[in-house]
Amino acid sequence: MSEPLLSVRDLKTQFFTREGVVHAVDGVSFDVQKGRTLGIVGESGCGKSVTALSIMGLIPKPPARIVEGEVIFGDRDLTKLSERQLEDVRGKEIAMIFQDSMTSLNPTLTIGTQLTETLRRHFDLSKKAARVRAIELLEEVGLPKAANRLEDYPHRFSGGMRQRVMIAIAISCDPALLIADEPTTALDVTVQAQVLDLLEEMRETHDMSMILITHDMGVVAEAAHDVLVMYAGQIVEQAPVLSLFDRPEHPYTEALMGALPQLEDPGVRHRRLTAIPGRPPDLVHPPETCRFAPRCKYAGADACTARMPELREIRPGHFVRSEHPASERAATREKVAT
Amino acid sequence: MTSHGYEPLLQVRNLVKRFPVKRGLFFDRTVDWVEAVQDVSFDIERGETLGLVGESGSGKTTTGYCVLQILRPTSGSIRFDGQELTELDGESLRRLRRRMQLVFQDPYSSLDPRMTVGDIVGEPLVVHRVGSRQERRRRVRELLDVVGFDPSYTNRYPHEFSGGQRQRIGIARALALSPDLIVCDEPVSALDVSIQAQIINLLKDLQQEFGLTYLFIAHDLAVVRSISDRIAVMHHGRLVEIGEAEQVYSSPREKYTQALLTAVPIPDPRKMRERREERRRLQSALAER
Repeated sequence: MSEPLLSVRDLKTQFFTREGVVHAVDGVSFDVQKGRTLGIVGESGCGKSVTALSIMGLIPKPPARIVEGEVIFGDRDLTKLSERQLEDVRGKEIAMIFQDSMTSLNPTLTIGTQLTETLRRHFDLSKKAARVRAIELLEEVGLPKAANRLEDYPHRFSGGMRQRVMIAIAISCDPALLIADEPTTALDVTVQAQVLDLLEEMRETHDMSMILITHDMGVVAEAAHDVLVMYAGQIVEQAPVLSLFDRPEHPYTEALMGALPQLEDPGVRHRRLTAIPGRPPDLVHPPETCRFAPRCKYAGADACTARMPELREIRPGHFVRSEHPASERAATREKVAT
Repeated sequence: MTSHGYEPLLQVRNLVKRFPVKRGLFFDRTVDWVEAVQDVSFDIERGETLGLVGESGSGKTTTGYCVLQILRPTSGSIRFDGQELTELDGESLRRLRRRMQLVFQDPYSSLDPRMTVGDIVGEPLVVHRVGSRQERRRRVRELLDVVGFDPSYTNRYPHEFSGGQRQRIGIARALALSPDLIVCDEPVSALDVSIQAQIINLLKDLQQEFGLTYLFIAHDLAVVRSISDRIAVMHHGRLVEIGEAEQVYSSPREKYTQALLTAVPIPDPRKMRERREERRRLQSALAER
């Protein structure tokens, strides 16, 4: 495979709070390949957003700090850059869009001002040229009558339209990487579909890579090429999207898919969903053993409660952090049967 | 109560709810009206779940609030167990309200942070003067036990618990007066998937055990399917389609329902490709209308 665009190595981000040190991201490594979308999926508190914010150098310091690891982008380690140097990377080379477009756009500035501000920060453009470019960008993201809307304030737009404006700002400097943190979570399904389509279109036409952070397995299935499943600050499974959904390996991934009510399942009304008992562990004192073990139906008094399983390659390109991946359980069953 | 032969538990006919649009700094003038709910009719049978789906602003929550008379309808009829609710007020409405309860979306803001878990669950009993202090205390523990919440935590405060646990507290409170009908307004949309499944299962179990009737309001079509016998679809304040869940999901009659269903991302990357084509076709068809 060619050189990855972004390479995260053993990233550890911790929050130093009164209650103790929260191990929010605990040894995460992954690559983002050129022209591909990496989905990061997990439930609240699993560390998916903190991973993204760490890449961008946007974690709140204090209480948070990257205590270990590297974020290699091109020939630089982003964790070593000064705030001033990071500002040149942000927006220009790596752009980010957030879940809540109402709070990430400034309510007191027109969207024209917010767009041209970004453009003029990174490029040597006259006011007039920036305005022309802003209109082009808004048209590109499918905002009707773009020229008339530059003077409007964010509250005049619907949630879907605001997210389009956010995308226009994000692509304005032609970044190589776009990080989208739950970009469609606050939107209605029909609007969500349109915004996901738009993101994919922009990724292709602008030749970008994307990191898509979501809690929704459906969104991952729709939009990602490769997937990381995170649990309690760690990657527990990593695979190309088809491999992950065809043959999920980690008991947590399986349980998550089982807990999801299925849209196309006629019998679902008269069945119980397979809920996952319990809750994720406290990240102030994370267990030294497999972090999913207390909720896992395959964990016993064996390896998983003795030490932390390694993230290992169970088949080419498919990694799992568990002593009981699905394919090995199947193999054991066969052995027992014969 | 006279129930001659057959009557559904809830009967909504031609429900309309309009809100005034006001202007002016000192003297509010009504400059316009927004029709949030327009001519909506449906029945809910005893022991049944009707799933009410729609996008934001479709009027689904307003409909639910009108059913409970939290909002008084502009016109139309709402009959609950044979009684016309829109004509009742004061004490007679209060008496009937005991039999209809609400479970809220947000377990973080719907529980009073200064009340203990026990007080929250027991409050409806106090308000409606049910039982003695001791009997109430016993009932609270019983209710918490039923919803799978450890009754020994009755003296704790809501902030000490996770979203799923708080939603259990909210459900226990709704059950306190042994209602017939529970309106669930997006009861699981603030919860993580693994917790969401626990709460859906709980609601199903409680329905079986107590013969509850649900009006289940939600935007997540997969969640709604997992608990509903029949489905009603709202769009711009109107009911566009209503029918057996099986029929609405497998062969929706309305274009809008079809568009809504194909827009849901499903956890199957192979199927997603076909669905994407179908979705674009339907969306452009709807846009042209």
